[in-house]
Order: sequence, then structure tokens, then C-alpha cells
Amino acid sequence: MGRTLAEKVWDDHVVRRAEGEPDLLFIDLHLLHEVTSPQAFDGLRMSGRTVRRTDLTIATEDHNTPTLDIDKPIADPVSRTQLETLRKNCAEFGVRLHPLGDVEQGVVHVVGPQLGLTQPGTTVVCGDSHTSTHGAFGALAFGIGTSQVEHVLATQTLPLAPFRTMAITVDGELPAGVTAKDLILAVIARIGTGGGQGYVIEYRGSAIEKLSMEARMTVCNMSIEAGARAGMIAPDRTTFDYLEGRPNAPVGADWDAALEYWKTLRTDDDAVFDHEVRIDANTLTPFVTWGTNPGQGAPLSSAVPDPASYADPSDRLAAEKALEYMGLSAGQPLREIAVDTVFVGSCTNGRIEDLRSAAAVLKGRKVADGVRMLVVPGSVRVALQAVEEGLDKVFTAAGAEWRHAGCSMCLGMNPDQLAPGERSASTSNRNFEGRQGKGGRTHLVSPQVAAATAVTGTLSAPADLSDVPVLTEV
Amino acid sequence: MEAFTTHTGRAVPLRRGNVDTDQIIPAHWLKKVTRNGFEDGLFEAWRKDEGFVLNAPERKGATVLVAGPDFGTGSSREHAVWALQNYGFKTVISARFADIFRGNSLKNGLLTVVLPQETVEALWALTEADPAAEITVDLVAREVRAEGVTAPFELDDNARWRLLEGLDDISLTLANEADIAAYEARRPSFKPSTARV
Ligand code: SF4
Repeated sequence: MGRTLAEKVWDDHVVRRAEGEPDLLFIDLHLLHEVTSPQAFDGLRMSGRTVRRTDLTIATEDHNTPTLDIDKPIADPVSRTQLETLRKNCAEFGVRLHPLGDVEQGVVHVVGPQLGLTQPGTTVVCGDSHTSTHGAFGALAFGIGTSQVEHVLATQTLPLAPFRTMAITVDGELPAGVTAKDLILAVIARIGTGGGQGYVIEYRGSAIEKLSMEARMTVCNMSIEAGARAGMIAPDRTTFDYLEGRPNAPVGADWDAALEYWKTLRTDDDAVFDHEVRIDANTLTPFVTWGTNPGQGAPLSSAVPDPASYADPSDRLAAEKALEYMGLSAGQPLREIAVDTVFVGSCTNGRIEDLRSAAAVLKGRKVADGVRMLVVPGSVRVALQAVEEGLDKVFTAAGAEWRHAGCSMCLGMNPDQLAPGERSASTSNRNFEGRQGKGGRTHLVSPQVAAATAVTGTLSAPADLSDVPVLTEV
Repeated sequence: MEAFTTHTGRAVPLRRGNVDTDQIIPAHWLKKVTRNGFEDGLFEAWRKDEGFVLNAPERKGATVLVAGPDFGTGSSREHAVWALQNYGFKTVISARFADIFRGNSLKNGLLTVVLPQETVEALWALTEADPAAEITVDLVAREVRAEGVTAPFELDDNARWRLLEGLDDISLTLANEADIAAYEARRPSFKPSTARV
């Protein structure tokens, strides 16, 4: 019987297989950031161990970094300590680090791909659940806990329990104005936040093949919100073109050998998935969340659902609690929900194409009175590219704030937070209670919806803007 | 890691599903660089509400958390496990756990037990009616026992053995160092390297 893409990558990394034991897998790339690594380095120190493969390890600073005044000392002493701890650990153990102020600094899942480190057929881990992002390249990439971070540092391997395989096939054509974000939000609403549990999802079908590399990353990024171990997309011409010439991509004979291997990384025709889901891209529309988990979403054109409409009692209870927390009532049209803040950024939607699509909507328009809009590029490289294209000017002319790279309001570990009761339209990936600040209320949206929402002040798609005049003088 | 064989204690019935790790330990707690001192951050937002079950005086000293399905969804933060352990929980029972959380818990000796939702309901009913009721989680027999409840649970042999013995994964892996070196020797040269270019 044939094998799936995920099974092929797994098999190619088995260091040791023994009866009654989990497979021991080799890890090709280990990404580190300041939040989930200090206790792991501590563990190494306590047991007198070293980092086995510093040449397969790289660190950056993202979660705690401020997005303003980055040349001044970090105000929050606890954040500062965490960053300083990472710097100390990387120096002591010989790990390459891109700290705040470095041109390669940024959200770890934006940095790996843009350096060309994330490659097809590799195993990629990071102490961060959104490591699933890297699966867009046909890598087997997943988030791990701090004990596992320590394990990988010490051994460059991980003992891993087997997974099941799921195919999500999206055929057809995404309608104009419908993005990868809308697609993945619709997938999660369909299969639920536990629907992917235990599975590695492979996204396939003609609509997936047409996606750019960045859009594929957006899709794979949110696999974890469906509970999946990882998400993957088979590498193809789009993948190879993206990688060629990147700083850490293979060159010369290595490039040729790599390409030959990468082309074998496709699910065999006779392979069988444990579970299959089919989605027709043509039926998709802009999608937003109304609740407090990423599965609680609906088409923007619809209304807040009535909890009573859920057959499952725990879904009903969850919906009731979510509406209470979100300050919404059943039947309220989603388009009438007014926001205070719009956040464009994160490892889901903080790459250059995301900024371009938000800027295209904002160009010549103004952010509505009383709405604050934050644009936070996913990395310094993304920021530089955006400046080169003049996107920063589009944002500031519209009245948005153009900030420095980092995770920022995605989880509000730095000063960028929602105040209690404040409501955001956010291009990030989690709408959990208090995620963006204590008492904050989050609606997950695409960059285009975020930009249109900033203009109208209520959840909107670009198509809703026809009656908002474009300012011609900009 | 501390070994886990069998544990008996009072319970906290947490009638909520989809308890994500942001609820278990909010992000601002993640700035600490140690593995302890997270107990006050556990369920921090919910604990502000006096009526929250953890705040009830009769739940003080409880060591068994009985939660709704999909416990531990969201981020990979191991701090969620440390917070539960720092607070005093030895074991968590739920119908379904998020994968990363489950892996983290077992690596730290916090036993996560999967039981059918009906059994969880029975344990909720029992411990809500009688806060002094005790639950026994027996890893040797792979069984949960409480008044009126005897429920077997599954845990793969390898994970169970490591928990029973309190074994450190890294030492176990390093015992197979030769296998790792052999793999490294045959690894193709085109594989990524983080060396600066
Ligand atoms: S941008 Fe958000 S989701 Fe991504 S790594 Fe940072 S905090 Fe995590």
C-alpha cells in the first residue's frame, strides 16, 4: 500500500524503532524563542549536558519584544529578564540568536521560512504550537513542550507517538475577496477545535495548489486550532521557487539533490487516509469568529448564532458562555458588531502578502474615528520590504500605527493589549478569553476584513466599502 | 521526574469543556524563567469570581481535577502543567485532552486520565454532592475508583512504565546514542543548517 506525505517524512527520520517503544525521530531544525526555552536550558545545565547540534538550532526574540521604542531598555523588568536569559543561554551554549534590533529578528515562524531554513521533507520543532506553520513546505512540523525542547537540545531527537492521517481536500476556486484565512476558519468551524486531534492533516486539492507559499503558511498555521498534531501541504513548483536563493537554502549540487528528493514528497495515489474531509472552495465567503474558540466562527454575512440551536449540550453551554463573555446576543448581524481595535500581524497573517492586501484595501481611505489600528510586521525583513513598497505610508496616511516586528497583540505579552471589554478584529489565530489582554474580546478575521473593518468601524469585507469614498488626495 | 503509581485524593469538579491553556495559565505568567511559583496563576481569571469552584473552602487541598472534554487546548506552554502541579494537582481526568498538553503532562509526572464523558459526569455528580469524596487513580491497575465508580483507563505500556519508574526521557534516549550517530552519518548534505551564510 502507498504512503501519505506525512508517513514518508516520518519514515525518513526514524533513528530507532523497537517493539513497544515510540519511534525515535531525528529533528532537522529546532527553533527557539524566549518564552519556552529558559527552563530547558536550565535542565541542560543541571545535568551537565550540551546542545548536541547547534548547527540545527536557531533562536529569535518575539513574544516579549516591544513594538515601540525598541532602542530603549525594555520597560517591563520581567520581560527584560526573559530576553536577557535567552541571550545568556544562547551565548553559553553556542546557539545562533537573532535578538531585538537584528535584521533577522521576528516571529519565529516567519523567520524560519524566510531564511530558507524550513525545507520540504524536514522535521521542524519549536516550543510553540504554531510550529504547524512550517508544514506549508511539506515539512513535518509541530509544537513541543519545554521538556521536549530540552530533549531536542540534548539529543536532536524526540520519541514520538504515532499519528493518524487526515486529508482535507479543497477543490475549486476561492471567490474574489476570499483568502486562505477565511478558508482555514471555515475548516475549523466545520471539524471543530478537537476535530484534528491525533491527526496530521494534509491539505490538498486544486484550491490549495493555487495558493501562494504565504497563504499556505496561513492555512497550516491554524491546524493546531483544529487540535491537529500538524498540517502539511505537498511541496511543488511554488515551494521550490519560494526557497531558491534564500540565505539558508541549499545551493549547487546540494540544490539539485534536494530538488530530486523534494519531488518524491507526494502522497502516493494508492495511499489511504484515516479520515477525509472535502470542501468546495467556490462556496466560501469571508469568515469571522463570534466566540471564544477558533471553531466558533461563521460567514461574515450571517448573524451571531442562537446557543439553543446546538444539539450537543456542551456546544450549547460553550456558545452561551462565549456570547456572555463576548457581550453579544443571538441573532445580531455580524456586520453590525463595532470594534475598538484592529490588529494586523502575527505568524498567521504578518507576512508581506498580508500587509499588501490590507494596504490595498486601506489605500486612500481612513481608519474610522475611535478605532485604533495596529500594523505589526511579522519580522524585520517583512517590515523592510513593506517600507520599500511604501506600504507603511499607506497605513500611516490612513491613520493606522506602523509598529516594529514581533508577536505583539497576538497574545499581549508586551504592552500591546486590549483593555477590559475592548473589542478587536484581529488577523491572529486565537480568540480565547483574555488572549489579547484581560477582558479583551477578539474576532478573528483575514487581513482584508481587518482593513475594511478599520474603515467602517464594524466587521466588514472590502466589498462593503463601495459607499465609503476613497480619498483621492492620498 | 517524580514516579506515579497510585494516588487517592479529593477532587475539584470543573464543569467546563475546551479549557484552553490561556485559561489554565495566562500569558503574562509565562515571563518567569523557573519551573515553579505558578500556583497563583492557575485559572487566574476564573479565580477572580468568588463562586468559581476552586475558591470553595471545601476544595482546598484537592489533588484530582475532573474536567470537561478537550482540556488543555491551545498553546504548547508546559507552564500549564507546572501550574497544575504547583497548585497541588497530581492527576487530571477528562474525556479528551489536547495532544501537546497530554504529552507535556506525562513528561512531568502529572497523570492525565481519559475516561468516557458518562464516567466524568458520574465523578462530577459524586464530588459535587460530597466534597469530601475521594477518587483513586491507580496506574498499576490502570483503573479509577470512587464510590459507585470503577472505571478502567488506557495508557500505552511505554508511557505507563516511564511514569511508574519516574524515568527521565533524555537518559533513556542517550542510551541509544549510537543509533543517533549512525543516523547523523547517513543524513544527506542538502539538509538545512543554521550556520550563518
Ligand atoms: S504571533 Fe502569536 S501565535 Fe504566533 S508565535 Fe507569536 S504569540 Fe504565538
